[in-house]
Amino acid sequence: MSFPILSLTIWLPILAGCLIIALGDRPARKLAGAASVLTLLVSLPLYFGFDSATAVMQYRESAAWLPGFDINYELGIDGIAMPLIILTTLINVIVVISAWEVIKDRPAIYLGAFSIMTGLMVGVFSAMDAILFYIFFEATLIPMFLIIGIWGGPQRVYATVKFFLYTFLGSVFMLIALIYLYRQGGTFSILGMHDLPLDKDQQFWIFLAFLAAFAVKIPMWPVHTWLPDAHVEAPTAGSAVLAAIMLKMGGYGFLRFSLPVTPDASGQMDSFMIAISLVAVVYIGFVALAQRDMKKLIAYSSISHMGFVTLGIFIAFRLIAKGDESGVALGLEGAMVQMISHGFISAAMFLCVGVMYDRVHSREIADYGGVINTMPIFAAFMVFFALANAGLPGTSGFVGEFMVILASFKTNFWIAFLAASTLILGAAYTLWMIKRVIMGPVGNDKVAALTDIDSREFWMLAILAIFVLLIGVWPDVIAGVMHASVENLVQHISTSKY
Amino acid sequence: MDKLQIATPEIFLLAATCAVLIVGLFAQARSNTVYWLSQLTLVITLGLSLLQIGDESATGLSGAYTMDILSVSLKNWILVIAIGIFLYSRDYIGNRKIARSEYFVLGLFAVSGMMIMTSATHMLTVYLGLELLALSQYAMVALHRDNGEASEAAMKYFVLGALASGMLLYGMSMIYGATGSLNLSVIGDILAGNAQNLTDARTIGARFGLTFLIVGIAFKLGAVPFHMWVPDVYDGAPTSVTMFISTAPKIAAFAMLIRLLVGGLETLNADWQQMLAILSALSMVLGNLVAIAQNNIKRMLAYSTISHVGFLLMGIVGVTSAGYSAAMFYAITYAFTTLAAFGVLLAVSREGFEADQLTDLAGLGRRHALLATVMLLAMISLAGVPPAVGFYAKLTVLESAVNAGFTWLALLGVFTSVVGAFYYLRIIKIMFFDEPVDSTEVSPAGDVTAALALNGLAVIGLGLAPGLVMSACIAAFA
Repeated sequence: MSFPILSLTIWLPILAGCLIIALGDRPARKLAGAASVLTLLVSLPLYFGFDSATAVMQYRESAAWLPGFDINYELGIDGIAMPLIILTTLINVIVVISAWEVIKDRPAIYLGAFSIMTGLMVGVFSAMDAILFYIFFEATLIPMFLIIGIWGGPQRVYATVKFFLYTFLGSVFMLIALIYLYRQGGTFSILGMHDLPLDKDQQFWIFLAFLAAFAVKIPMWPVHTWLPDAHVEAPTAGSAVLAAIMLKMGGYGFLRFSLPVTPDASGQMDSFMIAISLVAVVYIGFVALAQRDMKKLIAYSSISHMGFVTLGIFIAFRLIAKGDESGVALGLEGAMVQMISHGFISAAMFLCVGVMYDRVHSREIADYGGVINTMPIFAAFMVFFALANAGLPGTSGFVGEFMVILASFKTNFWIAFLAASTLILGAAYTLWMIKRVIMGPVGNDKVAALTDIDSREFWMLAILAIFVLLIGVWPDVIAGVMHASVENLVQHISTSKY
Repeated sequence: MDKLQIATPEIFLLAATCAVLIVGLFAQARSNTVYWLSQLTLVITLGLSLLQIGDESATGLSGAYTMDILSVSLKNWILVIAIGIFLYSRDYIGNRKIARSEYFVLGLFAVSGMMIMTSATHMLTVYLGLELLALSQYAMVALHRDNGEASEAAMKYFVLGALASGMLLYGMSMIYGATGSLNLSVIGDILAGNAQNLTDARTIGARFGLTFLIVGIAFKLGAVPFHMWVPDVYDGAPTSVTMFISTAPKIAAFAMLIRLLVGGLETLNADWQQMLAILSALSMVLGNLVAIAQNNIKRMLAYSTISHVGFLLMGIVGVTSAGYSAAMFYAITYAFTTLAAFGVLLAVSREGFEADQLTDLAGLGRRHALLATVMLLAMISLAGVPPAVGFYAKLTVLESAVNAGFTWLALLGVFTSVVGAFYYLRIIKIMFFDEPVDSTEVSPAGDVTAALALNGLAVIGLGLAPGLVMSACIAAFA
């Protein structure tokens, strides 16, 4: 067996997190910094050593875990999982930088929890055993529950309990579905479930169970209401991780479970799924326009962007019906690129709000105005990320949206029309916020007293900006690795399981 | 093999307990002599019981007593948990002027009762073990004799417990009348011979008796609708006794359930399967819903126990050996997880102060981080959130229920477990998110702290390596 890079990427941050908590506040920051950088370095071979010509699972690891119940410790990644893992380890470094000076209350537990969560999230994206996936998927709730509950805003208890129970309720139905699939196929291996024949009714109910888990997680309208609460109350880094990675578990779940395990049911439900995706894109876009709280605005913007992901995923079945396989791949890859890009942009937006919040202690748009006068460098970053959020060509935000809109055009003009409305709505709510917060004359004394970002904050935002630009001008850097896996997925879902 | 040898641990325990009883008469009121002797007794008994691992299964004493993998591994766990119970209770009992030597002696008698229950293959032995356990427990609840609530709880427990024992005996007598034997394996053979003829007078008589047996067992386990005693007894009893009642006896009750229903009356499984499914569903729903409304931790944990009993029964409903293993795993993990939770409550209590309201735990994360972490692990395990061990317990019973075609029960189970997660989260919230209201230093003894840390480590560690316990559970029903 080759060197277990995946296991190391999972367990290194988890063990480091436990160590950070055990050693207390004094060495916490340095330890967390070292652990996060080390984890990133360990995960990089996954990208550079990745064979993007094949859809076969790579970096496989396998060991028996719970005898008698056929549960195995099975890991592996393909082109869909790998970019998400790199995103996770990268965001972890950003989190440590962002918390470096800001968190004064019990930093050891804070940084430790994030470190543990990173390992768990890598586990979600690399698990090849359904129960192992479920374990990682659920275990991420505990550190996030504590992070929001301990370091959150005034309504933190309500927000964190809602967050936990909402997602827990969604995922327990998935657990029953997984057990049912085990009963049918005699294996908890995810790849085994992909090949398991299922009739129409079975697929329908299993699809609904998966939908309960992933629709809440990603989140789709109308089960999105936990997200604005959780985002607003969470500390800055919590919001960033929530938006950048946790939401992606929902999208990843659709691609890893819903589509390949229940392709026929997904095909039958596609109109419904497309419809609620469009509601998310359009209606939530309008909701975002009406927000007064910056974090809430970005939270709604996230939901709207995630609508694009589900749209790109489920538009596939319309295109399969038309026999347009390149269009299918376009939609799915668009959804994937959108997830990665949103990971960078939303994290950056939340960090920008965090930078201002640390100075002024307010998230209300009305409390700002003319920040550009006192914080010119910061303002440049914020405007850049806002434009990326609105989908400006040349940034990563454009690529995913454009691919999904293009795929939509191949099926139905009106779907594409509604989807494209996001380009206007997104620009409207983001730029309007920029106008009120960044531009104009200095709004009040607090803004007048602001100091520009220091080098720590500069590098934190600069790293993210580099990736947003990189993906924007050279999308192949992530799209290239996923071609083979997406092609394989398209082949798989075009074949009926009856 | 000398047949008496199969009961070596019990024989030693009973003899040593009598010796401890006598020493207790002469020991000084404030010395720890009886405590240390009791622990020594338990440790030696555990050693004797551990020696039996790997021995060939044997039945002796006229077929009334057996030693097999099931009984040996359950006994080991009962003894380990009893050692934990005594350790956590020591300072609590000492601070409260409760008759301390009696607590430990009664505890030892109860442990013998439990060990007898796990090995009993004869209805009289089952009953003997059960009553030895129950009578000791009645007395333990009443130990705090000047306390009105404790006396009330003991009275309720005794009267209802006697009623349940009556039901159980009546059921046994009906089965004896139908089959002419009290030996469970003989009963099993006779019923299996009549399996085709379900309207046969014998079978009908046995089914009639079965119903009463189920009532008795459900009472002892605390399954809805026979759960009325649970909250009052949990609340009224001294916390150390509540801990005793809610942990190890659940393992013994599980053993009794298996011995009677699977060992003796497996032919009638179509009947008891239905009854247990209803008990399971009602317990999960009522236990979890009512627990939300509790402000007293002991009452909350009482309703939580009821809901966990529902889950445990779900494993047996499947009538498969995988299901029995799952239920066994559930009983064991439930017992040591609850042990950790009560251990923390006892550690937070001090002389003249009972930690039994939810607010008493406020800010524990700041007052004593280790205790709060142990409680956190216990709560996520009870809620069934991975990677704590409680998740595997739930997973395996759910799996056996789905495999047996009880998907509705499994769905109800996961749904109610989400409801349950709410009140477990509430404890975490109070410990970590709320500010402390009581700033008195929490300083449990060193050995107690170490044991609690170990206990918490077991809750999470066995979650990462559940196979360690699960393999024994599978072997017990292989």
